[in-house]
Amino acid sequence: MAGELEFEKPVIELRKKIDELKEITKNADVDLQEEIEKLENRLQKLESEIYKNLKPWDRVQIARHPNRPTTLDYISYLFEDFFECHGDRLFGDDEAIVGGIAKYKGKPVTVIGHQRGKDTKENIRRNFGMPHPEGYRKALRLMYQAEKFKRPIICFIDTKGAYPGKAAEERGQSEAIARNLFEMAGLKVPIVCIVIGEGGSGGALALGVGNSIYMLENSTYSVISPEGAASILWRDATKAKQAAETMKITAQDLKELEIIDGIIPEVKGGAHRDVAKQAELIDAVLEQALKNLSHLSEEQLVEYRYNKYEKIGRFSSLK
Amino acid sequence: MLKDILSKGKKKYATIPVDSHKAEVPEGIMTKCPKCKKIMFTKELEKNLKVCLHCSHHFQVGARERLQQLLDENSFEELDQDLISENPLNFPGYLEKLEQDREKSKLNEAVVTGTGAISGYKTVIAVMDSNFRMGSMGSVVGEKIKRAIEHAGQKRLPFIIFTASGGARMQEGVLSLMQMAKTSAALKKFSDEGGLIISVMTHPTTGGVSASFASLGDYNLAEPGALIGFAGRRIIEQTIREELPEDFQTAEFLLKHGQLDAVIPRHELKDKLSLLLELHSTGGEQ
Repeated sequence: MAGELEFEKPVIELRKKIDELKEITKNADVDLQEEIEKLENRLQKLESEIYKNLKPWDRVQIARHPNRPTTLDYISYLFEDFFECHGDRLFGDDEAIVGGIAKYKGKPVTVIGHQRGKDTKENIRRNFGMPHPEGYRKALRLMYQAEKFKRPIICFIDTKGAYPGKAAEERGQSEAIARNLFEMAGLKVPIVCIVIGEGGSGGALALGVGNSIYMLENSTYSVISPEGAASILWRDATKAKQAAETMKITAQDLKELEIIDGIIPEVKGGAHRDVAKQAELIDAVLEQALKNLSHLSEEQLVEYRYNKYEKIGRFSSLK
Repeated sequence: MLKDILSKGKKKYATIPVDSHKAEVPEGIMTKCPKCKKIMFTKELEKNLKVCLHCSHHFQVGARERLQQLLDENSFEELDQDLISENPLNFPGYLEKLEQDREKSKLNEAVVTGTGAISGYKTVIAVMDSNFRMGSMGSVVGEKIKRAIEHAGQKRLPFIIFTASGGARMQEGVLSLMQMAKTSAALKKFSDEGGLIISVMTHPTTGGVSASFASLGDYNLAEPGALIGFAGRRIIEQTIREELPEDFQTAEFLLKHGQLDAVIPRHELKDKLSLLLELHSTGGEQ
């Protein structure tokens, strides 16, 4: 199987063995049915054990899986009539972020998300999903448009981070991210954010100031990549596995830290195993989230969003 | 310098370990400029607002010192001095590091906030201090800045922030990241109510601080030579595999690329801030 992950190896090996036995049964006269059943039971047990006890680093691997569904994959399953809008009207069109309007349950919405490529060629075009300032400015332009036409905004977050490049700095990467945080805080329409893969630092947050924030079960959200943390903390990027645990970057961690509203369960083994099924799981949560927000007035939307971020943080007083 | 002469012809730049470099100058009485390498009396340097007497290099200034340079005498009233960080991720060694920095910097956290007057104009002011955890932003920095902004909103005062920060505080993980959203949201609300925001970026202003409140002033100012940017220079060099210009990510570089309103030498800062405050004191509608 393509793209198998380290922690899955026992499962994959067992499955191979079962397949072999089945093959033998087919071609020979021996009946191994009983043996096969036994092994299949063991496989099921093993699978649920492994996938239930995923370590943070295992989840990082799933979140980065080359076949992990992207924003455009989910758009094709969740929405109808997606009309993509290009460009920031200032400099160019950054394909590391896609956005446009579409129908969700028959109603128009604005959809924006980071976009990785499926292969090297597309990844180069999309800069591996790492936006330049024009990407964030395109996103903001589409958010203003959503506000004008009173459409809810749905953001899919999936980036290693904003691109660290010369041109990005020259054109104001910091300002572009800061501006999005600032303006998203004041938008008078519902905003639902869903982390579908990697939520890498400020580059992720720049699409992430929402009324509701959800994370897929095996996605991550962090201030710095595990490799980056490891190289700063222990001057050793190979300790990323350890950093992934220390930094508390999984959906379960963010729920405990009271940053996200909920965790969207994933298909067993990860979203890439069944995109259609995964889209259904997202759909259920998204529909409910939008329904919950639809009763709120413009003022309430802004106020509740403010209150949500206002209380994030842990500190104490000397008094 | 003797060392410079001796090393001539061998290497173009002398590489001096930090410790021996320090030892050349008598501790306290004299200070050596890291830029022009000239030595001067510390007292004279301080009198000169910590600007090098020879090459105008702007030394870093701590929060208390900055307030003293800027505010009218006895006008400062501190806010939320009592807030201190916890260790929400149970990060190994974090509490000890905080304790060390409290000791060393005589500050409880990396930002000092309060109200004070500049040439008679009352403002809410927040000053970051890179002597405390590199000025990094964790929960307390975010909370103090948010509260200061809210205070400015309630009192209808301008909000001035001096930034000096390496970015988000890693030891508080994603909670630090969220402080970017929290402070930016507070500024948005304040701005919508008509509040004046002045950001003065000082050396260094990078990462999550640069990508949030530092860049959100109605006026974005900076001190000469300050390093300002989103990503670190080394990371960019590794990513794009090309050498970056000498002035990359300096205040002057940002000015040239349209990211700042002005670069203001420290000696002119108080006057320029007073002018901006004056220009906003009568309201724009008349």
